[in-house]
Amino acid sequence: MTVAPKREAYDIVVIGAGPAGLAAAATSAEAGLSTLLLDENIGPGGQVFRAIGSTPLTERNQLGADYWAGADLVQALRASNAEVIHRATVWSLDRNLEIAVSIGGASAFVTAQRVIVATGALERPFPIPGWTLPGVMTAGAAQTMLKSSALVPDGRTLIAGQGPLLWLLAAQILRLGGRIDCILDTTERGNYFAALPHAFAFLTSPYFTKGLSMMREVKAKVQVVSGVTELSASGDGQLASVSYVAGGKRETIPSDLLLLHQGVVPNVNLAMSAGVEHRWDELQLCWSPVLDANGDSSVAGIAIAGDGAGIGGASAAVARGRIAARAAVEALAPAAAAKLAPMSALRADLAKAERGRIFLDTLFRPSPQFRIPSGDTIVCRCEEVTARDVLDSVAIGATGPNQLKAYRRTGMGPCQGRLCGLTVTELMAQARGKTPQEIGYYRLRAPVKPITLAELAAVPKSEADVKAVVRG
Amino acid sequence: MFRRSEQDKRPQVQIFVDGAAVAARQGDTVSAALLASGVDARRSTAVSGALRLPYCMMGVCFDCLVTIDGIGNRQGCLVPVAEGMRIEIQKGKREIGK
Repeated sequence: MTVAPKREAYDIVVIGAGPAGLAAAATSAEAGLSTLLLDENIGPGGQVFRAIGSTPLTERNQLGADYWAGADLVQALRASNAEVIHRATVWSLDRNLEIAVSIGGASAFVTAQRVIVATGALERPFPIPGWTLPGVMTAGAAQTMLKSSALVPDGRTLIAGQGPLLWLLAAQILRLGGRIDCILDTTERGNYFAALPHAFAFLTSPYFTKGLSMMREVKAKVQVVSGVTELSASGDGQLASVSYVAGGKRETIPSDLLLLHQGVVPNVNLAMSAGVEHRWDELQLCWSPVLDANGDSSVAGIAIAGDGAGIGGASAAVARGRIAARAAVEALAPAAAAKLAPMSALRADLAKAERGRIFLDTLFRPSPQFRIPSGDTIVCRCEEVTARDVLDSVAIGATGPNQLKAYRRTGMGPCQGRLCGLTVTELMAQARGKTPQEIGYYRLRAPVKPITLAELAAVPKSEADVKAVVRG
Repeated sequence: MFRRSEQDKRPQVQIFVDGAAVAARQGDTVSAALLASGVDARRSTAVSGALRLPYCMMGVCFDCLVTIDGIGNRQGCLVPVAEGMRIEIQKGKREIGK
């Protein structure tokens, strides 16, 4: 499916084929609007439904019913006449709703009446000493390999961190006969009390019973150390051991694989590069776009749906995808919207899916010591910049993440700040006695994923383009 | 570090890693195939030469950078394996012309 888009202009272009993007594209195509869905991965599903059409794991209870729900979304999309292109990396989106996309090493350009950005989430950086060592990965990485290639941890494996995904991954690994030696739970004890006032909504949400039974399933088979307050990985060119402190006592465990997870945060790069206004979310500790009830952003014509709109989980993402698509249909072809589920029903779905979210966000709010590193701990993995480097730069005048680039190149490597941006903002905010909102974030620009100069040079040029840069 | 579940019945695909034949499975990404193979797939960074393996497996961290069929700096976690694919573990920065 690595072919260029069939047209130059579409009514609606959806970026990302996770739960929100699948739902949005199916909705808009069902209403009869010309719809293009662009996705970077090999197949549909995003992260949560990764490899939904191709996973070698066919025993449905192993991945769980929530995973297989993704198959219905893919089915609905396939039944629609939306055009879908995978392995398509969108590297530019601007205020004119012009999209540049790299497919098979060549770039194509399309325009849209409406764009729905459904670029989802990524795992929050977990900058502990040694987190760049081979053998240290994210829990999501292990889950990706489990779903798409039926790979399970084999050597001495530790999982460290907190949050629902961590327990889901542990359960899936165990069901497949994989190895987990120990789970190091970093949930702050005080969070249990802070979350208590929000417990009622959570107790009546579907997450409660599912979450509880999954934790029981895991705890029956694996040692769990709770109240972990310090964590570090060490080894010479390869992970050899993990040290932690729990209850004031330090332990060191030999280890081959350490899987880290402390929640997910919106993947903001494409939306920010298009100029979409974002605000610091003090509860979720990340940047979230400023959106109205339809998901419309500060840039006319661009809506954001799914976890990129603020973390809400897969069911909320589906509802937000349908809401954003329905709103776009109402704007472009009001008569066609009559075919779709009424907005009130979609909003009710969203409210139901969001039940209990504040409880989860409060309970699993990561501790400062796991978000704001110190000393020699690497902050920027690409440019290998440490916390001390950042603080030294602040001491001699760096005021925010953009100035810091000139001092240290943080965020200027290939990942473009995805793995260091939140850390840099919070570290600089703490050092300067400011809020993250005051410190701000990297100014992101296209191309939001690296493309080669050869690919750029091969882009068709108009006479006006040439005149703009050639003299005489 | 990882092993394949016996449930996995996908057909084999042969790839070459620094010239040596490695068995992958249809549908594996290059990074997953490398991690499953047991070969030393550690690249070294452009900045300090530190050794790295893939971290995120979802296209955001760029620690899976690898040379595929002669083209450097490819994200191995986003590229599916193909029969006869030639992989080179990238040491340091991308070479000019690759």
